Amino acid sequence: MTETVRERVDAAPAPQRPTASPEREPAQKKRRKRRDIGAAFGAVWIGLVVLGAITADWLPLRDPNEVTDVFAGPPSGEFLFGTDAIGRDVLSRIVFGARISMAVAIGATSIAMIIGVALGMCAGYFRGKVDAVLSLIVNFVLAFPPLIFLIALVTALEPGLLTLVVALALIGVPNFARVARANTIAFADREFVTAAKALGARPLRILTRELLVNVMLPVMSLALVVMATLVVAEGSLSFLGVGVPPPAPSWGGMLAAGRESLSEHPLLVLIPALFFFLTVFSFNRLGDWARGRVGRESSI
Amino acid sequence: MVSALRRRAGSVARFVLLVFLVTVATFLLLELIPGSPIDALLPQDATPEQIAAAREQYGLDQPIWARYLTWISSVLQGDFGRSYQTGLSVAEQIAERAPVSLELAFLAVFVALAISIPVGVWSAYRPGGLIDRVSTFVISATLATPAFVLGILLVYVFAVQMKILPLLGWTPFSEDPVEHIQRLVLPVLTLAAGECVLFTRLLKGDMMATLQQDHVLSARARGLPTWRILLRHALRQSSFSLVTVSGVVIGRLIGGTVLVEAIFSLPGMGTLVINAIHSRDYLIVQAVVLLTAVLYLLINTLVDLTYPLLDPRVRKVRTS
Repeated sequence: MTETVRERVDAAPAPQRPTASPEREPAQKKRRKRRDIGAAFGAVWIGLVVLGAITADWLPLRDPNEVTDVFAGPPSGEFLFGTDAIGRDVLSRIVFGARISMAVAIGATSIAMIIGVALGMCAGYFRGKVDAVLSLIVNFVLAFPPLIFLIALVTALEPGLLTLVVALALIGVPNFARVARANTIAFADREFVTAAKALGARPLRILTRELLVNVMLPVMSLALVVMATLVVAEGSLSFLGVGVPPPAPSWGGMLAAGRESLSEHPLLVLIPALFFFLTVFSFNRLGDWARGRVGRESSI
Repeated sequence: MVSALRRRAGSVARFVLLVFLVTVATFLLLELIPGSPIDALLPQDATPEQIAAAREQYGLDQPIWARYLTWISSVLQGDFGRSYQTGLSVAEQIAERAPVSLELAFLAVFVALAISIPVGVWSAYRPGGLIDRVSTFVISATLATPAFVLGILLVYVFAVQMKILPLLGWTPFSEDPVEHIQRLVLPVLTLAAGECVLFTRLLKGDMMATLQQDHVLSARARGLPTWRILLRHALRQSSFSLVTVSGVVIGRLIGGTVLVEAIFSLPGMGTLVINAIHSRDYLIVQAVVLLTAVLYLLINTLVDLTYPLLDPRVRKVRTS
């Protein structure tokens, strides 16, 4: 995988921190503390959303597709977030919609991680022809603008949650492959790998027992960033009306529907917008924190 | 020198190979779609003879590679076929819509650069200062706001609440230039926001490194004014990466305008694709996917090739 400019862009050129000098210490400590607070907030929020998504069936909520006779009602005791234009409970649609967002964030990212890490580690360890073929596959996925690639995929496949998860997983694979490959190359020359080789370990053992643990650390912190992008990608598709087909509740679909009555009932847009913002923000904060913990020695 | 040439040849070869793969994939896209395109065309109770006749008329009885060759040769002549539903030429429909998307993409890059250059330069010059802190805050907020959320919020604030900009829709430049620009403000801002984040971070990081270098110190020692040091000595050096990234960003925005067009109901390629998906007009989807992918690849390859030409430092590092 020759490094292209695009990869340089994707590698999120974070502002370089000035080298630590004694007088900078307090500022750095302050920054680290702020990062910890941000991560704690993120963890709590994501925890709540995941909890809601899992327990949605048992929570005292209305059926998300149940049509009541209150149309676009304001928040009240009965409907905490109000009702939408055809009288469905917004709160319960948000909670059930979280299932799709989280299925994508966790499911698609996990699939992308498994495939991407496997491909990247093989490319990084065997180099040569294996590397060339695998990087061609990765470059092929990268050849399409991401949203266009997703639109093409969801057009070709049956619409539904599974299609969505598979398509989004494919989008995530190149990121993981790149990081896994770079870190495999970095660790493949280390003494413990040479020692394992000298003891007669086969490539599979070296890859899984010696290299995987070292590669996984930066990969996990990348996973948080990928989760944020995939939640946004799923939202974009649902917003465009090519995600999970209605009436299944999704945050993107709610936004698109609320857009029609933006001037009369702004809450129908502002509520899902807030949930998107907080969720993506949380993943970003967690990713930032994890990147800080992993440190600069391994490339992300 | 030789290795630089080989690298360039490698880029070109990879481009050709990837374009080939992209055409095969977009061709197969239609094959993958469940149901034959002629099903929608024929009445429910069509006889087998009618189906066979229609298959022959559209060349569907040929083997797959033969159909690929027929298809690719007409595509190379700029013929993407006629929509099964409306009978309109796909190429004409795209040519009609493309200018809107291209205008959006180019304006967005321009606006993003106009915002990020001053902000990036100043936050690199005074890290931890007011502008730096405000921009860091705005960046992390923008990062967490998906384009479709940001677009709707902008509409809500500026069009619904403050009523200073028109709500949604499009006015061609030839009809009313002022309204044309008014209608462009929010879509362009929405698109530019994401790229601003990228540019500002990149420029700030690059500039902070540049400002540590000896020639900046010597310029300061000679007593040159700050603005001159920043613009002539530091920004100039840091701008190379900005130029190349702009290329990548333009490529990305060509696909990325889909969302913004949907939010603001603009008649670009994005809305064309989305409508085509809903009306099962797959030839349009195929053509747009192919065109954007090839354009995207082309821009990325050009950026790859010109990068060493623009920045002599990279040329040296790469060839040694």
